[in-house]
Amino acid sequence: MSHHIVAFQDVSFLYPDGTEALRGINFRITHGESVGIVGANGAGKSTLLQHMNGYLLPTTGTITIGDLPLNKKTRQEIRKKVGIVFQNPDDQLFMPTVFDDIAFGPLNLGMDEATVRKRVHDTLAMVNSLALQDKPPHHLSSGQKSAVAIAAVMAMEPDILAMDEPASNLDPRSRRSLITLLKTFKHSKIIASHDLDLILDVCERCIVIGSGTIVADGPAVEILSNQKFLEENNLELPLSLQRRPIGPVGN
Amino acid sequence: MTFDARYFDIGRLDRLSYGNSFVHRLDPRAKVIATILFLFTVVSFPKYEVAGLAPFFLFPALLLTGGAIPVRFMLRKILIVSPFAVFIGIFNPLLDAQTAVVLCGFAVSAGWLSFLSIMLKFALTVSAALLLIATTSFPGICHALRRLGVPALFVSQLLFLYRYLFVLMEEAMRIIRAREMRSFGSHGAGMKTFVRLLGILFLRTMDRAERIYYAMLSRGFQGDIPTLKRSHIALPDLLFLSVMIVSLGVFRFFPVAEGIGRVVQELF
Repeated sequence: MSHHIVAFQDVSFLYPDGTEALRGINFRITHGESVGIVGANGAGKSTLLQHMNGYLLPTTGTITIGDLPLNKKTRQEIRKKVGIVFQNPDDQLFMPTVFDDIAFGPLNLGMDEATVRKRVHDTLAMVNSLALQDKPPHHLSSGQKSAVAIAAVMAMEPDILAMDEPASNLDPRSRRSLITLLKTFKHSKIIASHDLDLILDVCERCIVIGSGTIVADGPAVEILSNQKFLEENNLELPLSLQRRPIGPVGN
Repeated sequence: MTFDARYFDIGRLDRLSYGNSFVHRLDPRAKVIATILFLFTVVSFPKYEVAGLAPFFLFPALLLTGGAIPVRFMLRKILIVSPFAVFIGIFNPLLDAQTAVVLCGFAVSAGWLSFLSIMLKFALTVSAALLLIATTSFPGICHALRRLGVPALFVSQLLFLYRYLFVLMEEAMRIIRAREMRSFGSHGAGMKTFVRLLGILFLRTMDRAERIYYAMLSRGFQGDIPTLKRSHIALPDLLFLSVMIVSLGVFRFFPVAEGIGRVVQELF
């Protein structure tokens, strides 16, 4: 299908205090693509993500999600299509129990009780957290919170999934199961992260931003193996590509 | 008590409420209604009543046992708030010095009786409220209130209060720990740092509120928090409620304590 596209055309964004966070961003993400967004601290990754569902509106330029141009009128509609998972699950899980939190989105979409219950059950099963259903979020570990936060967004069945640092609070094992989980999603995925290995594992395409502009856009394997380029942008080779053989080099 | 200890104390009350006893399993609405009725009945006694109040301690005692709530923990909670009640009643013996009864040769003034009555009412009402919280999860209480007709705005405020109380306390705890680590026993330069510390906490909270609002918008929030029914009134709930109503009525309008006293007198 061609209608799950995300297209940014000449998007610039100025914060009210005059900071220019994005300058002339252009890209087009088509249906089913998974794209990693990497860049140094303060490069504009989070600002970019906040444009995806209209929390921020571009100062100049246009954003098109599906067939809809993003503006004040269409953003409620667009929020149904784009699910955003936040960096800090405590910001995202605002309801008093896991069940209520996951049901929040579907209920706002106006679904009936049986459908909502099924959605909650299915998404919790998907992230292996059915047992957490009646717990309040403050009794969960960070890994459990992240899993529930993802379930809460998936329950709305968005066409496009955008995530901000999905693995930042996770222990290695939870991170690995997150990666496995992400690989099973057939949605378009947009993942902003410093975890270059995660990007390399999950995304086939990678966009590098530096001080508000796109400095590279291409296949993840190509970009993330270019040591010189990465280091110029305050990044480094993914750890999995850094391994050196022990003993004499050569064969 | 240090800040950490206080924090975990609140956490304990919260954890108790997720227990699984007969009392925990009752429908929150039944418990909320029973508690409210209990409070009104206790408060409705005239100001010199002492004997009539005594049988009411049966309710907290039964709920405490039925809900497997630690007694010492509850008593400590009641003690912590008791100064408020003491200050309300402490001047009664001075202002109302008329002799009301003579007990074993001592003249007991009406003031002392009303003071005792205030303390009993206080202990009863506070323990009832605490027991409600200790045996019912907070979200459960909120849903009960919502379905009993309390305005949605008020209930969602309560829900947010509960959800972020713990997050905020952890935030404060981290800041306080960071200060302790580098102040080497000197209380971190006192008031001046404390004020700044509060300022930081306030700013962080503002930022967080902004992010939470963003999260709500992202999931289609348009001004109302929808929730699903989570419980159904079943036979045990109705039974519990009717037993409560009947026994409250009996204890209120018949001199139960006096009756027991008579029976005991006649036995000997």
